[in-house]
Amino acid sequence: MDQLNLIFNEVYKILFLLIPVLVSVAMIVWLDRRVWAFVQKRQGPNVVGPFGLLQSLADALKYIFKEIIIPASSNKIIFILAPIITMTLALIAWAVIPFGEDQVLANINVGILYIFAVSSLGVYGIIMGGWASNSKYPFLGAIRSAAQMVSYEVSIGIIIINVLLCVGSLNLSDIVMAQQNMWFIIPLFPMFVIFFISSLAETNRPPFDLPEAEAELVAGYQTEYSGMMYAMFWLGEYANILLMCALGSILFLGGWLSPIDLYPFNIIPGVFWLIFKILFLFILFALVKAVVPRYRYDQLMRLGWKLFLPFSLSYVILTASYLFYFNLLPTI
Amino acid sequence: MISHAIFFYIFSIIAIISAIMVTVSKNTVHSVFFLILDFISISCLFIMIGAEFLGMIMLIVYVGAVAVLFLFVVMMLNVAQQKNQWFVSKENSSHIPVGLIISAIIFFELIIVIGGWKYKPELFKANSSQVTTEVSNTHSLGQILYTDYIHIFQISGMILLIAMIGAIVLTFRKREGVKTQSYLKQISRERSEGVEVIEVPSNRGVKIDD
Repeated sequence: MDQLNLIFNEVYKILFLLIPVLVSVAMIVWLDRRVWAFVQKRQGPNVVGPFGLLQSLADALKYIFKEIIIPASSNKIIFILAPIITMTLALIAWAVIPFGEDQVLANINVGILYIFAVSSLGVYGIIMGGWASNSKYPFLGAIRSAAQMVSYEVSIGIIIINVLLCVGSLNLSDIVMAQQNMWFIIPLFPMFVIFFISSLAETNRPPFDLPEAEAELVAGYQTEYSGMMYAMFWLGEYANILLMCALGSILFLGGWLSPIDLYPFNIIPGVFWLIFKILFLFILFALVKAVVPRYRYDQLMRLGWKLFLPFSLSYVILTASYLFYFNLLPTI
Repeated sequence: MISHAIFFYIFSIIAIISAIMVTVSKNTVHSVFFLILDFISISCLFIMIGAEFLGMIMLIVYVGAVAVLFLFVVMMLNVAQQKNQWFVSKENSSHIPVGLIISAIIFFELIIVIGGWKYKPELFKANSSQVTTEVSNTHSLGQILYTDYIHIFQISGMILLIAMIGAIVLTFRKREGVKTQSYLKQISRERSEGVEVIEVPSNRGVKIDD
């Protein structure tokens, strides 16, 4: 009976995390389209509900009632597995995100490695979808995506090493607590910029949306998908974007900490600060989508391997030597 | 404790079955997917014995990078069409003895190591470092790796670097007649080189060609 209670308790906690995440994914799609429209002097979705807030719900309803079409020559099991894997991986990574002191589902010692591992698994949903569709455009999209994600993961890993050098722990709560005196965006500002650009590439956002470049590849790996399966890819993609924003605010913007530790600011609960920071980063994501043209494929690869990788590696050496010289290295 | 055992058996059964399926399944892409499943369940086993750092690194390196490249190559080769020829044709049966010899060698090596560990545990105790439970295993791994085994660690790093450079040198070739773009040239283009403003006299026009 005790064990059963324990399991129910965990299930409540998971639902308490997952339902807000899914709802905010729907809202964030609306926000993305509104910001995009605002930059281009359009209205954006403004018809369904107040300010068009219910647009995403209407879209979801449409997707649910659409027929799911599975191509005859596709590899059916893998074709169906692909969107499920994308969505699952996008959601399980939220387990280790801390929303406040001790407000975390799983406070594991290797939290940052866990997020890194899960986000590197995310490429499989895309590769499987592209391969199983048995069609030219999805396959090209999948191949592009694999190469792109592998290259940008390397520079993200090295940027994370920069932060870890200053913290001395792989626990996400420890990373936030180490920023009490100074957010890492101040000493590591160049790394923050590179992290932001790499996370754009990692989540296949414009200007790096080559796997789904509609002018070249129809819709890339999603071409053969329809109905709810397409919607799952889409939800997974936006949940991943939110996750990268959360990771960026935890690594560089002090997570749940308030910017100034003074009276009117520190009574606001930490959760709201984290949400503000995620929203700020997300609006930056949406602005980039609106103002920057798409990169060509060789330019993308050059940026990842020839510019970001050497620069972040040399910044690791710089950070390590600075910490060592001034005797600031964290102790266990 | 019983739930621990249940999870252990679930993960190990998945690992063994998917390892068998890697060799048995006829579609090469399916074998790579089973290999990935195998890696994932083995990293789950690592996490269960408390080696969470190794488990995560296994996921990141093997599943996140190595298996992606595996999949990349296998999908590019289009092996799905020639899958049956391999098993049917008589010419390729010469590979089977080689495979058997290699697997026999690996099997005997495993037997020697496991047998020694089982019946002469003091041989292994002498060389292995003591595990302390106070610090997390990331810290203890780092402390051992960068103090006692620093030279071996550095040498393995050098070997990997040399392997990487070797792979690049072997595959890199300069081809003739390839049109590449120079970024410096593209950026340093001036407006005066690209655009010319011409006053067009009416009813006569201009020749653009010259």
